[in-house]
Amino acid sequence: MELSNVKTILATDCGSTTTKAILIQKEGDEYRLKVRGEAPTTVEKPAEDVTRGVLNAVGEVEELTGRKLIADDRVLVVEDENEGADIYMSTSSAGGGLQMMVAGVVKTMTAESAQRAALGAGAIVMDVLASNDGRLPHQKIEAIRRLRPDMILLSGGVDGGTVSHVVELGELIGAADPRPRFGASFQLPVIYAGNKDVRPNIEQTLGEKTSLYVVDNIRPVLERENLGPARHEIHNLFMEHVMAQAPGYSKLMSWTAVPIMPTPAAVGAIIQTIAERERLDVIGVDVGGATTDIFSVFQKVFNRTVSANLGLSYSISNVLAEAGLADIIRWVPLPKAELDERALRDRIRNKMIRPTTIPQTLTELIIEQAIAREALRLAFVQHKGLAVGLKGIQQERTISDAFSQTMTGETLVNMLTLDMLVGSGGVLSHAPRRVQAAMMLIDGFRPEAVTFLAVDSIFMMPQLGVLSTVMPVAATQVFERDCLVRLGSCVAPIGNGKAGHACLRITADWPGRGHVEEEIGYGEMVLLPLGVGEKVVAKLDPVRPFDLGEGKGQAIETELEGGVVGVILDCRGRPLHLPEDETARVDALGRWLTALNVYPGYGEQRTA
Amino acid sequence: MVHAYTPGLKVVETALVRKQRRLPLAGEVLVKKGDKVKALDVVARTFLPGNVETVNVANKLGMPPEDIPKYMLLEKGAKVEEGQVIARMKQLFGLFTSKAASPVKGTVETVSDVTGQVIIREPPMAVSVTAYVDGEVVEVIGNEGVDVECVGTFVQGIFGIGGEAYGEMKTVASAARDVLGADDIGPECEGKVILGGSLATAAALKKAIEVGAVAVIAGGFHDRDLRSFLGFDLGVAITGHETLGVTLVVTEGFGEMPMAQATFELLTSREGMLASVNGATQIRAGVIRPEIIIPNPGKVVARVGSEEGDEANLEVGSRVRVIREPYFGKLGEVTSLPVELQVLDTEAKVRVLGVKFDDGGEDVIPRANVELIESGRD
Repeated sequence: MELSNVKTILATDCGSTTTKAILIQKEGDEYRLKVRGEAPTTVEKPAEDVTRGVLNAVGEVEELTGRKLIADDRVLVVEDENEGADIYMSTSSAGGGLQMMVAGVVKTMTAESAQRAALGAGAIVMDVLASNDGRLPHQKIEAIRRLRPDMILLSGGVDGGTVSHVVELGELIGAADPRPRFGASFQLPVIYAGNKDVRPNIEQTLGEKTSLYVVDNIRPVLERENLGPARHEIHNLFMEHVMAQAPGYSKLMSWTAVPIMPTPAAVGAIIQTIAERERLDVIGVDVGGATTDIFSVFQKVFNRTVSANLGLSYSISNVLAEAGLADIIRWVPLPKAELDERALRDRIRNKMIRPTTIPQTLTELIIEQAIAREALRLAFVQHKGLAVGLKGIQQERTISDAFSQTMTGETLVNMLTLDMLVGSGGVLSHAPRRVQAAMMLIDGFRPEAVTFLAVDSIFMMPQLGVLSTVMPVAATQVFERDCLVRLGSCVAPIGNGKAGHACLRITADWPGRGHVEEEIGYGEMVLLPLGVGEKVVAKLDPVRPFDLGEGKGQAIETELEGGVVGVILDCRGRPLHLPEDETARVDALGRWLTALNVYPGYGEQRTA
Repeated sequence: MVHAYTPGLKVVETALVRKQRRLPLAGEVLVKKGDKVKALDVVARTFLPGNVETVNVANKLGMPPEDIPKYMLLEKGAKVEEGQVIARMKQLFGLFTSKAASPVKGTVETVSDVTGQVIIREPPMAVSVTAYVDGEVVEVIGNEGVDVECVGTFVQGIFGIGGEAYGEMKTVASAARDVLGADDIGPECEGKVILGGSLATAAALKKAIEVGAVAVIAGGFHDRDLRSFLGFDLGVAITGHETLGVTLVVTEGFGEMPMAQATFELLTSREGMLASVNGATQIRAGVIRPEIIIPNPGKVVARVGSEEGDEANLEVGSRVRVIREPYFGKLGEVTSLPVELQVLDTEAKVRVLGVKFDDGGEDVIPRANVELIESGRD
C-alpha cells in the first residue's frame, strides 16, 4: 500500500518484561492514537515465542476497539476499511537488547567515536577496548571472552594512519576466539570501521575466525566523524544475527513492513525527528528499572548514552552506591536524625530484590523520588561526558577567541540553549502528581534560563520512533497530540546570591490574573498556573548577578508556555546548592514543596 | 493482563526437582540416562581453549615487525615450554644476541609481521560439572550435559551470595526469630549447612568460614554487613560467582527478619540430611533465585525446574507475605480482591487486595506489594 493511503497503523514494542501495542488511525488529515494494549513479553519459558506476547497485546487492542486485528494466529495486515491494519511495525529490547563491545586505537578518539556509533544504534556498550586503555593484552582478551557480546565494532586509525595498532586490536579479538551470546554455533559478527588501508590485514586476521563485515571508517579524518555506515550495519546485523536467534523473531520479522528496530534506537529516531522538524535543542530521558537512557540533540548533533546500571528497581542499589546515601537523603524533607540510615539502606536493597513493589506510604514515595533525582543527575553527568565535540583536532582561533577559548572535546550539552526536556519511564510518567515529575526533572537536570518540560504519557516513543522512519508526519502528529503530556515552562536564572535578596522580576499579562508584576527572592520557587496550550509573552528581568543568558542583570522578553503543571519560576540559583545546615535544608525543601504543592497534605503539615 | 503481584518463593516439602547441568562448551558426557548419581559426581567435562599471552618480539629484538619471521625459531602451531626462546637475532658477527622467550607453556598461535607480536596460547583448561544433587540422570543433552532429577525438599531464597555447596543440614537457631551470631558457630559446623533464624551477622559469616561450614541460611542480612563482607557495594543483584568460602541464602530480605515459620520448621525437620545449596541470584529478566534442595523420598506435591511446574493464582484465602513497608514481612490471608483501582496515601491509583494479618489487624494494600506463599506442605 502507498504510505500516503495508510489510515490504520499498528505498532508494538517488545520490552524485556512487557509488550506494548498501540493503534493509530487517521481522522481527517490527522493521525491520532486510538488505544493501547499490553501483555507480558514471551521470549522466555514457557512460551519462548515473542509473537505470543505480541498477539496478546494486540488482542487487548482488538477487544478495546472491536476491530479485528488478528487472523490465523498472526497480525492481520490487509487493505480494508473495517478490519486489520494497513501497516504493522515493531521495536524490541527483549532478551537484554543489543549488547556490544567496541574497540579503537585511542580511547578518547576512535574508541570514543565507536562508542557513540554503537550507542546511537541502540546498543548497550559492555566494554570499550583501546590500545591505550591501560590494560595488558591478556586482560583485554579475557574481557572479550567473559562478556560474550552480540557483536563487536572495531575501529581505529584515520584513513592512511596507524596500521600496527589496528592490526594488534584485530589480533587480540582473534586470539580471544569470541563466541556470541546467542547461537553458540554461529560466528561472532565483527564490524570493521577503521583505517581503510588496514582492511586486508583485518580480513586476514579475523576473516576466518569471525563473521566479518567491513564498512567505511567512522573517523576517516580526525576532524570528522562518519557514524552512519557503522550504525546502519549494526542495525542490519541486529536483525540478521541477534533477532534471528531470539525465539519467535523470525516469525515476527516476516509480519513487519519495516525492519524491527532496537527500542532505544527508535526512541532516538523520534527525538531526532522532533528536534529537526521544530529546530529545537532537546533532551529526552528514559529512566527504567535497570537502566537510564539519555538522548540529546544540540546544534543538530544527536547523542545517546545508556547508563546500564542506573535504574529504579533492579539497579536501585547501584544508584545508592554511586550517589551515596547523603546525596539521596538531601532531597528528603525530613531531618537526618528522623531517618534510620541502616533501615533506609535495607529498604533500598529490598526494592532491588523485589523490584515490582510500589510505594504505599508518602514517605516511601518521597524517598523513591529522591533516588530518581540522583539517578537522573548521575546519568546526565555520564551523558555530558560522552556528548562532546571531537577530541584531538586542531582548532583555528582568531583574536576574538582570546577571551573565550574552549578546549577540544567540550560537551555539546548547553543548558542555556535547551528548548525541551522530555521525561519517560515509570517514575516520571506514572508519578501520582505531574508536578512531581517536573520537580524530578528540574532537580536531576538543573535546566537554565527558559526550558519547556514534558513527559511521555504512556511510553509510546519507541513505536513512534520506528514509525518516524517511514511516516515522519504521522509520528510527529501523534507525538505532539497524544504522546506528550505538556508540563509547562521552567524559568531558572543562573548565578547565586544571598538569601532573601531579589533574584527575578517577572512582568506579563497573565490569563485569568490580569497584569502580573512579581519579584521572587533568591532561594524561592513559585508556580504560576497556565493551562495546556496557553502562552504568555513575559518580561523576565534577572537582578544582578543573576543571568538568563543575555548577561548579568539583562532582561529578556520571551514566550512562556503552560501545561498541566504551569509555569515554574525556580530562583534557587544555578549551580543549584541545597543548604548545608540541616534545619535550613529541611525548611527550604518544605517551602519549595509547599509552593508547588508537590505532595498531598505536605504543605499543610509543615506549615501548621 | 500483567500479574499485579509477585509470584512467591517456593517452599515445598516434597517436590520433583529437575536441574540442568550443562557445560559452557560442547564436551563429553560421562553418564547415561537412568544412572544414579551423587551430588559431587562429575557428569560432564570439556576443555576450554587456554589463555593467551602476547610477546612483542619486534620490541625485544629491536627490529621492524616485517623482519620477525626471519628470526623466529618456532613456527605457527609449534609447542613451546615456559622460558623457551622463540626468536633470536645475532648482531655484530655474533658478539651480541637478542632473544625473546615465551612466558608460558603452550602453542605458538600467531606470528604477526605487522605488529611484531607473537601470541602463545596456553594448554586447554579442563572444566567439569557435577550432578549437584543426589538423583537420577533423566536426560542427556547431546554432548553438552544432562538433566538430573531428584525427589526432595525444595526451598527458594530471595537473595544469596556464593555458588553451589553441599553438606549436612545443621540447625543452630532455636527459633525463627533468633539472630545468628559468631558465638553460635563452633567446630561442629565444619562441612555443614547452617540454619539460622532472623538474621545472619557478618561476624557469624566470618566464623562460618573459619570453621569450614559450607553454607549459611537465615531470614535476613544487613546491607551494611553485605558491603563489609563482599568488600564492595553490590550495585546489581547478580551473584553466585563470589569465592568467599561460604554460600549464603537469605529467605526473607534485607534487615532483621524472622524466617517464615513454615520454612524454618521444614528446614529444621531435615536435620542431618544432605543438602545442595546455591546462592546464585539474578534479578532481571530470567530470574534466578537461591535455593536449598534436600533429597528425601516422599509424596510429590509440586514440580520444580521442568515445564510442568505451574504458577498458583492469587485468590481470596491465599496465603501472602507483605514485601514492602509499612507492613514488610507480615504474613496473612487475602480477604478481598477488589476489581476497581483504589487510591493510596501517595495518590497513586492501583489494584489492591484486602489482607488479614496473622498477628491481628486488617488493611488494604497494593497487590504489587504481596508475595504469594507457594507452600506445598498440604
